[in-house]
Order: sequence, then C-alpha cells, then structure tokens
Amino acid sequence: MQKKSRIAIYWAASCGGCEIAFVNLHEKLFDVAEHFELVFCPALVDTKTKDVQGLPDKVLDVTLFNGAIRTSENEEMAHLMRRKSKVLVAYGACASLGGIPALSNLHRKSDHFRAAFVDNLTVDNPQAVCPRTETVMPEGVLRLPEFYARVKTLSEVVDVDYVLPGCPPEPHQIWNVVEALIKGSALPPKGSVLGAGRSNVCAECERKRHEDRKLGALRRTYEIIPDVENCLLEQGLLCMGIATRDGCGALCPKVNAPCLGCYGPPEGVRDQAGSMASALGGLLDIEPLKQLPEEKIPEHVDEGLKALPDCAGTFLKFSVAGSALQARRDAR
Amino acid sequence: MKRISIDPITRLEGHGRIEIFLDDAGEVANVYFQVPELRGFEQFCVGRLAEDMPAITGRICGVCPEAHMMASVKALDNLFGVTPPPAARKIRELLYSAFYVTDHTTHFYALAGPDFVMGPDAPVAERNVLGVLAKVGRDVGGQVLQARARNHQVIKMLGGREVQPTGAVPGGWSKSISAAERQEIEGIAHKNVQFALFSLELFNDIVLKNPAYREMIFSSAYRHETYYMGTVDGANRANFYDGQIRVVGPDGSETLKYPAAEYRQHIAERVEPWTYLKFPYLKKIGWKGFTDGPDSGVYCATPLSRLNVSDSLATPLAQREFEKFYAAFGCKTTGGRRQPVHHRLATHWARLIELLYAAERMLELVRDEQITSPQVRVIPSGKINPAGGVGSVEAPRGTLTHHYMADERGVMTKVNLIVGTTNNHAPIAMSLKRAAQSLIRKGQAISEGLLNRIEMAFRLYDPCLSCATHAVGRMPLVVTVRDARGAVVQCLQQPAGETPALQDAGETPALQDAGGTPALHAGETPALQNAGGTPAVQRGRQP
Repeated sequence: MQKKSRIAIYWAASCGGCEIAFVNLHEKLFDVAEHFELVFCPALVDTKTKDVQGLPDKVLDVTLFNGAIRTSENEEMAHLMRRKSKVLVAYGACASLGGIPALSNLHRKSDHFRAAFVDNLTVDNPQAVCPRTETVMPEGVLRLPEFYARVKTLSEVVDVDYVLPGCPPEPHQIWNVVEALIKGSALPPKGSVLGAGRSNVCAECERKRHEDRKLGALRRTYEIIPDVENCLLEQGLLCMGIATRDGCGALCPKVNAPCLGCYGPPEGVRDQAGSMASALGGLLDIEPLKQLPEEKIPEHVDEGLKALPDCAGTFLKFSVAGSALQARRDAR
Repeated sequence: MKRISIDPITRLEGHGRIEIFLDDAGEVANVYFQVPELRGFEQFCVGRLAEDMPAITGRICGVCPEAHMMASVKALDNLFGVTPPPAARKIRELLYSAFYVTDHTTHFYALAGPDFVMGPDAPVAERNVLGVLAKVGRDVGGQVLQARARNHQVIKMLGGREVQPTGAVPGGWSKSISAAERQEIEGIAHKNVQFALFSLELFNDIVLKNPAYREMIFSSAYRHETYYMGTVDGANRANFYDGQIRVVGPDGSETLKYPAAEYRQHIAERVEPWTYLKFPYLKKIGWKGFTDGPDSGVYCATPLSRLNVSDSLATPLAQREFEKFYAAFGCKTTGGRRQPVHHRLATHWARLIELLYAAERMLELVRDEQITSPQVRVIPSGKINPAGGVGSVEAPRGTLTHHYMADERGVMTKVNLIVGTTNNHAPIAMSLKRAAQSLIRKGQAISEGLLNRIEMAFRLYDPCLSCATHAVGRMPLVVTVRDARGAVVQCLQQPAGETPALQDAGETPALQDAGGTPALHAGETPALQNAGGTPAVQRGRQP
C-alpha cells in the first residue's frame, strides 16, 4: 500500500467549527482515513504538543491551521506548526482574516478583562481579581498564556502557503482540496486561495437581480420579511454577498437570510468594507438627493445611514484583522 | 511537592490543562483544571447590531452553534418584546432536536465509547474510535456516520448550513417548511428513534452487563453529591428548548425553580487568577470552595442533571428508559421526590436516554400540522426593552444563558453569557481531583490505564467534541513529574500506537528518572518571570 500522507489540523483561537466541517465529510471520511494519517489534531486525536515538538522539521505534508492568533500560546503553536509542515494552510475565516474573534480588535484589551471578570452582571469579584500570566498557589506556580493586545491573522506571524476560506469552509470545498491532495494534483502557486471561487457570492446566488436596480432605504433584518425570489440587497437588506468571495453556494440567501460575508473579500480585493461601501455607493438611489439644496444633503445621508449603526462590525464581521481599518489603526 | 502536568488535554472542546501536585509522601495534594483561553465575546459583542448576535455567538462553539443561536434568538425575542408564531417556535425546536441527536451520538460513539467498548486499560492503539469501529463492525460504524449526516442535512434544510446555520431572527425564523421537507424530516426522525433504541441496547450489552464497568460506575472515585440544574416544562419534565430552570439538592428536593430571566437572583460567578474560565455557583448557598454537599453552592448541569431535576420524561420510550435508570441505582423517593443519581459515569447512560428523547421529540414536532404554516415571523415594533432580554436553552453540556442589553438603535451595550461548560467548571475540577486522589497511591507506578481512568473523570462531562467520529491515530498522554521549580523528576509516556514517526523522534523516552533530587539546571532562570516584562506574580485566592 502507498505510504499515507501526514496531515495535521490544529486550532488556535477558534470555535471548533472548522473541525466539525472536516468531520462533515461524512462517508468520505473512509477515503480520508485510507490516504491520510492524522498525526496531530487536539479535537480528534490525543497527540500532545510535546510529541509534535519532537518530530523532525517538515515531516507533516499538510497542516490545516484554523483559529486566530489571540494569545502567546496561539503564536507559539503557529511557529511550531510552520516548522513541522511542508504546506501550511490558513484554514477558515479566523486563521485567514481574524474571523469573529477579531471583532475584539475594535476594543481595548483591558476592556475585555473588565467585561468578563469585573464589570459583569453575575460576577462576584469585589477585589477585581483578573487572570494573570503567573499565579503562586500553595503547591506551586500556575501559568496562563498572555492575552495579546489584538488578534492577528496566521500570516501576520508565520509564512502561509494557501488560504481555505469560510466560517467554516463548506465540506464540499474541503473535499475538493482533499481530493486534489489524494490524486497528487500539482499544487497551485503559493498564496492561492483554495476551495473557493474568484468572483462574489452573487455569482452563485439564484435570486433575481435587476438591470436598473436602485437601492432605496436600508433595512435591518428584523424590520422586513423579504420575498424569496428577489435580490436581498435590492430589498434593502445588507446582504454582504456582493463584497464576498463565492464558493459556498450562496447558502444563507437560500433560507431567506442575508450573506454575512464569511468567505472574505473576492479575488483581488483586499478590504471587504471598502468593497461593500463602494458597492452601496453605486447602488444607492441618489435621485431624491438631486432635489435637495446642497446644505441639506449631508443631513439626508446621515438619516439614511441610521440603519447602519455598526459599519465596522457589519462590513468586516469576519475580516477585521486583515482589513485596511486594522492597518490604519496599527499605523496610529 | 511534585507536579504532574497534562498539557494540552485533548478530545476536549477548546483548550485545557491539568496540573496535579503530589506532596512529599507521594499523595495527591491538589489538582488544578486550567482553561488557558479567552476570546472576549462579552466585550466585543458590545457595539454590534442586536440582530447579529445569533450569528456572532454561534462562533463561541462550532460544535454546538445551534445552542448559542437558540439562546441568542430567545434573548432577542425578549429584547424586542416579540413572541414568535407557533410554527417558528416549533421549527426552532425541531432543528434543535436534530442537533441533539447528532451531538449525543458522536459523543457516545467517538469520545466515551472507546473507554467502554475497548476498555479503560485496552492497548492505546485500539482504545479509540477506530478500535470501536473494528470491534462493533463497519455496519454499526456506518450507522453512526449516517446518523450524523442525516441530521446535519435537517440542520441545513432549516438553517442553510450544516455548521454555523443561519435563519434565527427576533420574532421567528427566516423560512417556513414545505410539505416535502416535512415528509423527508419525518423519515429521518423515524430512523433516529430506531438508532437511539439500538444505542441503548448496545450500552446495556457492553457496559451494564459487564461487572467491571458496573463497579467503576458505582465507584466513589467518580461520585459527587452536588446540586443539579436543568430546564423543565410545566409538568417538571426535561425540555431542551424552553421552560423554567429547576435546581434540586443532593437529597433530590427542589431547591429553586425560576424563569430564566431571573437567573441573576440565583447564580453568581467566581473569578480565580489562575484560569480564564469563571466558576458559577448558587448564590443562595454561596461559594465554599471546590467541595460538594448541601452546604456548597457548586452545581452541575449535564444530561445526568437534567434527568435528576425531572419528575418524568415527556416521550413514552424515553420515559421507560428513565424508570429503568433510577431503578438500576435503587433511588428511593423521599418527601415526594426521588433521590438523584450522583455517580458521574452514569452521565453516559443519561446522555443516551436524552438521545432517545430528542429523537422522539423530533418526531412529535415534525408530525405537528402547524409546523408547515407559512406564518413564521412576527415583525417587532423596533422598540427595545430597556431591561434587556434573557434567553436560555439546555445546551448538550448544560444550561445556557444569554443576557443582552441594547440602546434604542438596537446596538448592543451589555452582554452576559453563562455557557454550558462554565456551569460544570467546578464539578470537573472536583471530579479530576477525586479521581486522582482515589487512583494515585504513593509508591505505586503510574500506569497508562490509570492515567486514562483519571481522564475519564473529565471525559464524562465533555459531550461537545462530537467530531472524533472517524479519527486516525494513537492516544498518547505524556505525564511529566516536575518539582515546584519545573525541573523534570519523571516523565511517563503512554506506549506509542500507530504513528512510528512520533515514536522515533520523541525527545523523552518513557520512564526517565532524574534521580529524585531535582536541582535547577545551570543557566535556568527561576520560575517567576513574566513575558510581558512587568512582574505579574500574584498570590492565589484562598477558598
């Protein structure tokens, strides 16, 4: 029998959904088991970090690294997995763009501790005790990893070969990648996005779009019941599909819910917020503005934007860490 | 003082670590269960749109996003002051029941199963899900994968995606169910009931009929008398989606019963500086440290807890199993309430009874004529309840509470979350300590099987990592005994299984003895140094 490829799936600051998406290959797991040896995966097998440290460098054929870099331990593990892997894949939204945990970058580090441990509705903590990196107990010292000032993407701390996007990546796309590895297909150029398309979610969406479409008022999802046939954005809902890479199959719009943007920006676009803002700029109906005196226009625009009180969290829900906004904050 | 570190714990949802300290006589002095991870949802949800909370909090756990999604959308119903139409409520519970079937199935077969099907002392290379599949046969293995697959199909049908589904909106659900979909789901629910019955029979044959396992289940090493929490309906029967929170004492008597919205009157949380996870306890009783009994506010919220707080179960087949369960433990009825089962390993059995209940409940819901009603949403007025909104469900690993406050724009201003796992934080720590104290004896070698028996003390609480359905590999566990300064005194490694590469390159051979008198290595700096530069040493809190 041919020698099995060695694969690892590691999680940093993540939810475990990327592992579940992998297990949701369902019956195809029999094929995976036939071709791969799952060497390290805390979610699935009991190999310890120490075992991986003892491996020769580059011994793993592929590592799917999911989760963002939130703590010092996450970063140490990123370096370890890079060293041991021939191919390192940023697997899922958190590793590639920061994901939901990177919403934390819109806040100060100290505020996280305050919200969780001090200024909290159920905590009884008059002395404002917070977790520390080292605590002396009667029996010895207990250590915790450092909680970093901000969440980083995997590529900010190590060299990454490929990106497999999605929160989580859809199982059929994971299979496309796994199948290519099984067949020994030639690897695409370094830096490529795997398991996704190059266009946007609208390219896969079955909803009707109109040539002369104009967007009137923006709507919150709880305010209207959208019809099931027409484009959600045209109905005023902030569907992120227009600024999001395709590959999932436009699943959320299929159940009458807007795209949240979890596959990140389309090919060639760095910033999802910029992409969404420009899309909205092109779609918003400016006819009513033309009737207004110039000094009234800002007021009118502000009124319209009231339906959008959290631009950063809406446009960059899964991609704050890799965004232009983050770059600007860091520059300051 | 010697130290045994197990880092990281594997086959757990998220990151965990165990530190065992041995005194000079070689007896267990203390055990710490540390959670070295914090993502900060309670802070970064502030400023977000209220309606985005089900999607955002689903990412707390990708194993049980459905639980967070349901608690979240129920909190939004209350925040917006809107009651979903009956069909929407039933669609939510239907999806939730399908989720319970997948979650409990994979926990039993992939995580707990190896310890019982293969045995706690079985060779490491076999004591995993592959060993289980080999032993029970590919037919049963295929059934397990199919049970996961068909229920994820239901989740996708109703929520768009298999993992991290969508569809939850304040006041209802984003889509209705067609007649064809209903028919398909009914067929799936039928298969689920058969599968649950089959699983209980398997448990009976493999575990209950084996005297060695019976002895373990009834052993004091895995027993704690704590309070128990769970959600019950109007007839005090467990319900996963909705009801009142009931707490019973170690003697089985009802201690508390309250609507979830009143949780703050009954639950408080303790912070320790040595872990990122908090320790909830019953306010009325108070925090008395990591100890059980009626005077300690520690409570447990698990499948076992949910049976312990229930007077009966709402579906006929599950009720039959419920009665068998309490009869097996000889629980008597005193003062009108039946005594609880305190044997923590019985949680595995309780989980399978819940699997059957979830399957039967799913069938009931999908047969309900109302479930195909197109009326699945009520549009809220947009006015935000200034008191906030609380939403609660039974997550597979415990009562899950979301509490939100928002400004008049519907933008989040305050978030409080008490998550299933968190409820059981103190009980897990206590169970690990008791198992270690019962099993580690001075002068006795620490065998691989013994280590696995300690691991079984937390595994029984951990239904969340439902993902090991078809894992490959060995189950190594490295235990390093160090002195208080961190120097290695002894390193013990489980025998390697199927990954020779790891074995060849392993940096420490098994059972290395440094001679008993540890000394600081030349050039090694003493322990108390903070990577951040500032001295961060703080005395631990005393209970």
